[in-house]
Amino acid sequence: MSNNVLRVDHATMQFGGVVAVDDLSLEINKGEIVALIGPNGAGKTTAFNVITGVYQPTNGAVWFNDEKIVENHPQGKMKKQYKGQCEGMYKETIAPTPDKITKLGMARTFQNIRLWKSQTVFDNVLIAKHCRTTSNVFSATFRGNRKEEARQREEVEELLKIVGLDDVKNELATSLPYGKQRRLEIARALAAEPTLLLLDEPAAGMNPQETEELTAFIGEIREKFNLTIFLIEHHMNLVMDISDRIYVLDFGKLIAHGTPAEIQKNQRVIDAYLGVAEDA
Amino acid sequence: MRDMKKTKMVFTAAVLVAILAGCIALDATLPSYHIAITVIKKATVYALVAVSMNLLNGFTGLFSLGQAGFMLLGAYAYGVLTIPVAKRESVYQYFDGGAIHFSLPEIFAGFLGDTVGKTVGMLAALLVGGLLAALMAYLIGLPVLRLKSDYLAIATLGFAEILKAFFQWNKLGPITNGSNLLKSYPYFEHATPYVLIAGVLIAVILLLINSTYGRAFKAIRDDEVAAEAMGINLAKHKRMAFVISSFFAGVGGGMMAMYSGTIAAAPFKSALTYEILLIVVIGGIGSITGSVIASFLYIVSSEWLLRGLDSGTFLGINAPSIFKNGFRMAVFSVIIMVIVLFFRKGIMGDRELPDLLDKRPKKAKKEAAK
Ligand SMILES: Nc1ncnc2c1ncn2[C@@H]1O[C@H](COP(=O)(O)OP(=O)(O)OP(=O)(O)O)[C@@H](O)[C@H]1O
Ligand SMILES: [Mg+2]
Repeated sequence: MSNNVLRVDHATMQFGGVVAVDDLSLEINKGEIVALIGPNGAGKTTAFNVITGVYQPTNGAVWFNDEKIVENHPQGKMKKQYKGQCEGMYKETIAPTPDKITKLGMARTFQNIRLWKSQTVFDNVLIAKHCRTTSNVFSATFRGNRKEEARQREEVEELLKIVGLDDVKNELATSLPYGKQRRLEIARALAAEPTLLLLDEPAAGMNPQETEELTAFIGEIREKFNLTIFLIEHHMNLVMDISDRIYVLDFGKLIAHGTPAEIQKNQRVIDAYLGVAEDA
Repeated sequence: MRDMKKTKMVFTAAVLVAILAGCIALDATLPSYHIAITVIKKATVYALVAVSMNLLNGFTGLFSLGQAGFMLLGAYAYGVLTIPVAKRESVYQYFDGGAIHFSLPEIFAGFLGDTVGKTVGMLAALLVGGLLAALMAYLIGLPVLRLKSDYLAIATLGFAEILKAFFQWNKLGPITNGSNLLKSYPYFEHATPYVLIAGVLIAVILLLINSTYGRAFKAIRDDEVAAEAMGINLAKHKRMAFVISSFFAGVGGGMMAMYSGTIAAAPFKSALTYEILLIVVIGGIGSITGSVIASFLYIVSSEWLLRGLDSGTFLGINAPSIFKNGFRMAVFSVIIMVIVLFFRKGIMGDRELPDLLDKRPKKAKKEAAK
């Protein structure tokens, strides 16, 4: 039994000739906060999409809690133009849809906020509980699931209090200011009861004060919900503050990996990314 | 907050009771062939089918145009299962009395008594029609629902057309009577049974929409990617919405057979689906109340109020040279265009009956702030 919550093995994601993620391997241990950083277009979001089942990788595998949830190998047309490594290493194709992976205990937020726009704040969170309901459509329609529904509503109230959105719970999700929408995305992901939370640029568009609040908030929810967190972020203060470890991607390739202190000193990372980030 | 909720419930209940009472009163005073009764029957059936279509197109965001096909299944199931055994010889005269030699109302009448048994048998036939439509939706759902928007619309439209042709096929004559009419089956004369059946079924759809599954449907409509990422199985839920919607369309088809008195495949053409779609759009995509109101407006004006435009005299104006066949539809199209232009989101938008009590909060507040 290893301590891994998540393990990505030699994942390559190729779109036509573009290798967005190139032979990426990483591990995340229970209770850690791990960051994935790198310049724009480095393949960070694509890596998330491979892990959560949105894309089927061109090659490679993903393990979640010691269970192989994704595996693929370059096949068919791709074979001729496959530009990644480890071509012969994987044989099977395991490609579950994202909902199945979420049910296993992985939930995510999106870089370009994807809230359900016609729904209230409350309903956005409540809908995320749907994947945990046990009643079938018949019993739900004729209200045979009153208890379960009442319990879920209570949990959502609770969750909204924790994230500080209970005062706007009846507003339309899209009427919230940007920072609150990002928080709502996190609340929604938490409602799916994950053990591993993936955050794609949770601080994007936030001012320094909001970013600081978010940093504290991420620490809080990790404690409260016993989470392991994997996040993509460009705000270096946040990343250096809360990460236990950092992976750095550049042009799809892993160029460094280590503690925040190590990464800050790494010349390759400074050249490829940190130097640029300071300018921006 | 609490009070408002209560007021809304009382308001809704009052409106529903008023409708039902009005309907019973009309049934008691008017003969069953009166145009008002006919209009109510037709409009309730359209309302049911429009709501079923709204469930799929408006709440789940699946642009399907197969409604007429599922109605056809329901209509034929109803006719085939309810024609009295004694009448089968004459109805299926080209097919040796047909292949089916029982009639549900008669079977039920055997042990429930004449009136109750007959009614139960008719309702059972409606149910079978719905289930048949649901089964068909289940079978074609898997391949068809993989298609996106326009392609889904085309595929479902095609399916409905194929079904229509299939039911007219001579080899199926012993069951469908080929291209001949099915007739002589029992039906409800009064309008109230139609209103009751459709009312109950629409209430069930409302319950579904406000359940956890209904919320999942809306999530799929709003953002499929997010829905899937939050653990909603897209294939399963889309298929579920498709099957449930088709069930109600099937029952609606059976009811349509009831009020029209004869069944043929021809009326279940794509124009019927377009009519229903128009009603959904006019009423408001995503509003059950809107679909119901629009059905009544649509049927009342096309079947009744505007009739004069086709037959010479309208609103006391006698102008047979202008008001002749076809003019009604021309005027009707203009009205619809005006509605679509001025009510972009339909009459109701996505609001429901109880929401009518809400003042428009945003505007009111802004005005007050000024
Ligand atoms: N579906 C797709 N089809 C084709 N190319 C894609 C697709 N998704 C991503 N790419 C390409 O893959 C590369 C990596 O994109 P990705 O979104 O993963 O970058 P990122 O690291 O998240 O960048 P950012 O910091 O801007 O969010 C880009 O060149 C992008 O154009
Ligand atoms: Mg990205």
